[in-house]
Amino acid sequence: MSTTVSQIDEVKTTPWSGGRSPFNVEYGKIMMWFFLLSDAFTFSSLLISYGSLRFSASVWPAADKVFQSIPGLVDSGQPLVFVGIMTFILILSSVTMVLAVEAGHRNAKKEVVWWMIATVVGGFMFLGCQALEWNHLHHEGFWWGSTPAIDELGKFFNAGGTEAARHMTAQEFANLFFTITGFHGFHVFTGVIINIIITVNVLLGTYEKRGSYLMIEKVGLYWHFVDLVWVFVFTFFYLV
Amino acid sequence: MSTESHEVHHEAGDHQSMTKARIIKVAGILSAITAVEFIIALYLVPKGILPIHFANPVYIVLTLFKAFYIVAYFMHLKFEKLGLALAIIVPILFIIGLILVLTNESHHWIDLRG
Repeated sequence: MSTTVSQIDEVKTTPWSGGRSPFNVEYGKIMMWFFLLSDAFTFSSLLISYGSLRFSASVWPAADKVFQSIPGLVDSGQPLVFVGIMTFILILSSVTMVLAVEAGHRNAKKEVVWWMIATVVGGFMFLGCQALEWNHLHHEGFWWGSTPAIDELGKFFNAGGTEAARHMTAQEFANLFFTITGFHGFHVFTGVIINIIITVNVLLGTYEKRGSYLMIEKVGLYWHFVDLVWVFVFTFFYLV
Repeated sequence: MSTESHEVHHEAGDHQSMTKARIIKVAGILSAITAVEFIIALYLVPKGILPIHFANPVYIVLTLFKAFYIVAYFMHLKFEKLGLALAIIVPILFIIGLILVLTNESHHWIDLRG
């Protein structure tokens, strides 16, 4: 028996010849990517529905008239300031998350814990701001299925449009706003819960024993995705 | 075998590329883009320097820039294998189709709604 292998029986080692992931990524991480892809489709369909309803309306509530309060401080005249604070909080908590991942690559347990705690705090701050914002709009009369009284609606619109058209689009706006920011807020909430669980695991030394902090990267992907969605929600609800 | 050891070396280099300095730099870019959006929304549009129908496309382009920086650097996709990046980005392009269909459709709805 000859020990030499013929050319055709030789085991190939190219990325796509099997036996290992051609993407060179751990299973859990690639599944997180595919989950996020499906979640991106969900958010896209919500935002595109919002866009098409808004395009098909003759009038629409003006963002700088609906969102012009800083709950607890100023009641009106400060458009975009509060949502600006929320946006920076979320961007910063994304930054602390990457810093946690970076510390994980160096196996620096203490640093990972502190950056994860900072990320969780950022997440709670964002949720608190959103609760204030929802509370403010609810007090003005906006909710799923309800708007402020018809004769009070004028202050939320720029000039133009009939009273009936204003009432209809104000209702569409309220439904879409609470649904889309609510679904996003639910993602932030689950993200915070997952981050807390992972932080506890880091403290217990789970990943130290495992020899890698890859789990931080996986929850980091989810957390950045939440920030990514907010970038779009922010543009289409507050700026455009 | 020499190709494999080359790959391993290449990967180690990739992980190093997301250093603290680069994280701070990307964070700065994201904050700066957001700040530009606020300058447009709070100053340029109300003062009439920039008409709103011109500001809206600018917002969308700036948003796509922010999305690129978050996905490429924070989510590390720029440093993954090209195959993985394509597996994620190509399906996203189908969304453009839905946007085109529904924005086109909504121009008909506006007549129906009167």
